[in-house]
Amino acid sequence: MGQPLTSFVGTAIVFFARAITAVRALWQGIEPTPGQRVYFANHSSHGDFILVWAVLPPRLRAETRPVAGADYWLASAVRRFLGRDVFRAVLITRKPSRDSENPIDQMSTTLDAGSSLIVFPEGTRNTTDEPLLPFKGGLYHLAKARPQIDLVPVWIENLNRVMPKGEIVPIPLICTVTFGAPLHLRPDEDKAAFLLRAEAALLAVAPHAAENGS
Amino acid sequence: MLLAGIAALLIIASFIGYLLQLRFSPQGGNAAIENLNARIQAWWVMTFCLGIALIGGSTGVIILFALCSFAALREFLTLTDTRRADHWALAAAFFVVLPVQYGLVWAEWYGLYSIFIPVYAFLLMPIVSALRADTDRFLMRIAETQWALMLCVFCVSHVAALLLLDIPGYEGRNVLLIAFLVLVVQLSDVLQYVWGKLLGRHKIAPGLSPSKTWEGFIGGTLTATLIGAALWWITPFNPLQAAYLSFIIVIMGFFGGLVLSAVKRDRGVKDWGHLIAGHGGFIDRLDSVIFSAPVFFHLVRYGWSLS
Repeated sequence: MGQPLTSFVGTAIVFFARAITAVRALWQGIEPTPGQRVYFANHSSHGDFILVWAVLPPRLRAETRPVAGADYWLASAVRRFLGRDVFRAVLITRKPSRDSENPIDQMSTTLDAGSSLIVFPEGTRNTTDEPLLPFKGGLYHLAKARPQIDLVPVWIENLNRVMPKGEIVPIPLICTVTFGAPLHLRPDEDKAAFLLRAEAALLAVAPHAAENGS
Repeated sequence: MLLAGIAALLIIASFIGYLLQLRFSPQGGNAAIENLNARIQAWWVMTFCLGIALIGGSTGVIILFALCSFAALREFLTLTDTRRADHWALAAAFFVVLPVQYGLVWAEWYGLYSIFIPVYAFLLMPIVSALRADTDRFLMRIAETQWALMLCVFCVSHVAALLLLDIPGYEGRNVLLIAFLVLVVQLSDVLQYVWGKLLGRHKIAPGLSPSKTWEGFIGGTLTATLIGAALWWITPFNPLQAAYLSFIIVIMGFFGGLVLSAVKRDRGVKDWGHLIAGHGGFIDRLDSVIFSAPVFFHLVRYGWSLS
């Protein structure tokens, strides 16, 4: 954040996101106090982590880094600038080969350096009518590697309507970002059980979970 | 001068609100008093914004109301059932229809801005939506979008349009017409609330809005009409005309609140949004102005204006 250009672009993006979505944070299960966390959120739009980032208080924002796919964010100079310099994303390879660094190691190293993370455990953007896709295993491996860290479910509401996949003009609609109570991997909990519990915890903070089926 | 009067009124209101809070709700336990104080704060913000806009002249006021329309439209469309196929239609509502409407008001092109949304947006928006060939609940979706534009852009733009009426002997003071409209309608909201709290027994529409009573309605309407008549000196009207116009905008404002409550009930929400923290959304404060503005505008235009 040291460079004036990156911090200016960061501020401009947050301002723009707020102007379009009037985004509001609901701290339901946890307070916006300093502390290291892994925020795990539903993923339906490229703007998802920007909204989470925008509602975090500036001091927390400065220490929070999104985890994103290297294939997307390294594809052009503009994306590289935004992804690496402005958002300081932890760029991971989605299809790990033998030479590429292990994503879980990358995330653990970032946590060890004192940062918080924003992750999208669905792995890809959800374009179905289902509220949530089944979680990939990454969240479990991360919880196992760093069991002491708070895993905070974060529900992003409405952004998929603001900017659906494939559209370039955003529609101004009001969005909310709801933070739920943190969870941890229980001793002896297996991967499937933990992932189900994490999915349920995320769905539980969705504002209109019941009526959204229409 | 009038702004100073409003500021004085607000200082008194804030003081009374503060005393009530000390006396009856020291821990914020009394919802009615908390609500009153929240409203008073919202009026401070409104007065402040209007004051800033006045410095910018009529262009400043038009920009202010364009921003109000933007916020209101965003709130309204958030609660509608639009689908992906409406994406371009909705983008057009925000980024084409809204600026064009206010541009026409700014250009004083009455003949076009009074039919632009009811006729041209009405015809063009469904065409844009139909091009995506998603027919699921099509009529409902386009009707919702048209309603949103009518309420949030068309009606609200008529407040700004009051600035550009050409009234002989009233040049340069048109902004007071806006102040008159907003003040009378807002005061009527409060007075209905106060009368209803004091005397309210018989509910008007219990299924719709439990706080609206006949006692509150009659008391609020009469007192707001009297206050409107007493404000005749800031308007081009005589006291009797001011009373008659106040009566009409207060009645329209009341029904505006009722209709928009029905819409909220239909969508299953209590407030339109949270833009003004703790006070509900923009439309919660604007609902009565939305319904009274076009009627007031046309009455003044046909009765007093040259153009």
